[in-house]
Amino acid sequence: MSIDIAMALSSAKPAGKRPYFMDPSVERVLNILMATVQELAVTRERLDTVERLLEIKGIVPRSEIEGFEPTGDQAAERGLWMQEYLNRVLRTLQQEAEALQTPGDLASEEVALEVSKADA
Amino acid sequence: MDGSPDLKNAGPAQTYAGPPDYRVVGRHGVFPETTHDEIARFNFLAHMNRHLSTRVMPSVKTAWERRAGPAFEAREGRPAKDRHEVRKALLHDPYYQAWSALRRATMEQRQQAGRWIALRQAETLAARVEALTAAGDRLELDPALPIPRYVSAVDHHCMPGSYHTEVFPGDVSGAANYDCGIFATTGGALGRFSDGGGHAVVGWVRKHQPEFRPARILDIGANLGQNVLPIAQAFAEAEVVALDVGAPMLRYGAARARSLGVENVRFVQGDGSDLSRWPDGHFDWVQTTMTLHELSLTSMKAIFREIHRVLAPGGIVLHVEQPQYGPDMPLFEQAMRDWDAFYNNEPFWSTMHELDIDGFMIEAGFDRANLIHGGVTAVVDRDVFPDAADDDGEDYGRKAAWHVIGAHR
Repeated sequence: MSIDIAMALSSAKPAGKRPYFMDPSVERVLNILMATVQELAVTRERLDTVERLLEIKGIVPRSEIEGFEPTGDQAAERGLWMQEYLNRVLRTLQQEAEALQTPGDLASEEVALEVSKADA
Repeated sequence: MDGSPDLKNAGPAQTYAGPPDYRVVGRHGVFPETTHDEIARFNFLAHMNRHLSTRVMPSVKTAWERRAGPAFEAREGRPAKDRHEVRKALLHDPYYQAWSALRRATMEQRQQAGRWIALRQAETLAARVEALTAAGDRLELDPALPIPRYVSAVDHHCMPGSYHTEVFPGDVSGAANYDCGIFATTGGALGRFSDGGGHAVVGWVRKHQPEFRPARILDIGANLGQNVLPIAQAFAEAEVVALDVGAPMLRYGAARARSLGVENVRFVQGDGSDLSRWPDGHFDWVQTTMTLHELSLTSMKAIFREIHRVLAPGGIVLHVEQPQYGPDMPLFEQAMRDWDAFYNNEPFWSTMHELDIDGFMIEAGFDRANLIHGGVTAVVDRDVFPDAADDDGEDYGRKAAWHVIGAHR
């Protein structure tokens, strides 16, 4: 089936060794980021289509979307969403900060030895 | 502008200079279907390429002049002596690195986007091509043809599978990917059907050879025929051969031509270095459009000899390419133009652009007095597309402005 072929081969590597211009691990993150940036543009274009169709069909004028002012409750819900979102996205910073507070942290590999001792 | 403070969504649009929306692309009977998201992906890529060339790349020159160049001179005690030294020095510069990494990423994203489109409907496309090419003599394949090393060694412009491979017998997804993505890569600079190069050649011949009435035309490295169709349409009385080594491109090209109503082109699988199926003096016009840089030195010389042999007296050969590197071209520009050679899998690009093409044509048998030199820019629908003739910018090897090198037989 074509969809299986597409899943397997659409991201295939071209023949020829790939050049890296930066530390490959940095360039890897850049490549993932740029693909994400592209998908954000894709979503933005779709949302723009939705807004324009809503306006053309006389359902919601775009000026109403642009001028929308949330009520206090709505703003609070949005604020909570934003906080949750940032917590999720910046997870790694929170965990780094917690690690700073936990100098005696053990690696699981260390504990593995400990809990596997016969007399543990 | 209507004075509205709502700049983002107010219409009509503010002054806009940029690539057209992908939806104006020219479609034909075997052009892949595209969803809203797939089109948006191409729109992003067209803008990304434009952003890189107009907003990011100009400062690579600044980085060379103020940082990488002085660093080279401080280290070596002399200026860089050739384009390779310039490029290798630039590889150490963080701004060149960032631009290069983004440019490479954009090329890979373009391939991914186009391959997704073409592969997810590969079986449908193959069936449509089969239906359009099963009858008639407009397609002539040679499964025994060896694929030249210069095609198989690395996949040109990072196009996985290149021009010659297929995922299943009859597959044309590589060609469909090439066809649907080139509009995004070029930001529409080659026109709706990405055939601005072919139209440019027609315009050049009409202007400079107004009496020319070719009966037989050969296009070498024809790809999917996008640049030879305008020639075939302009010289409708001529019998045209589109020659290429890649069978999937030819199958797709033959179906594309048929669906566009162009009947005087025969798509033939063959290698330009061996035109022995045709007798001496058979063709009035031999054309290559952006083909030479994808060859090898040996094959290019062999192709030149064969072209000289198959051209009729009074016939012409025209090669359309990016400008050659000459002593007048700054080393920095040469180094920038070399980017595609080394980082976008165009391995002959660098050498080819420093060669004395005139000398090789003379070696192949043409008289120096009969050589032709000219320049052309893509001919496009100017209501919709940016025109390279009006563009003062530079995109180091990607601008739709080319040189014509040729000869009369």
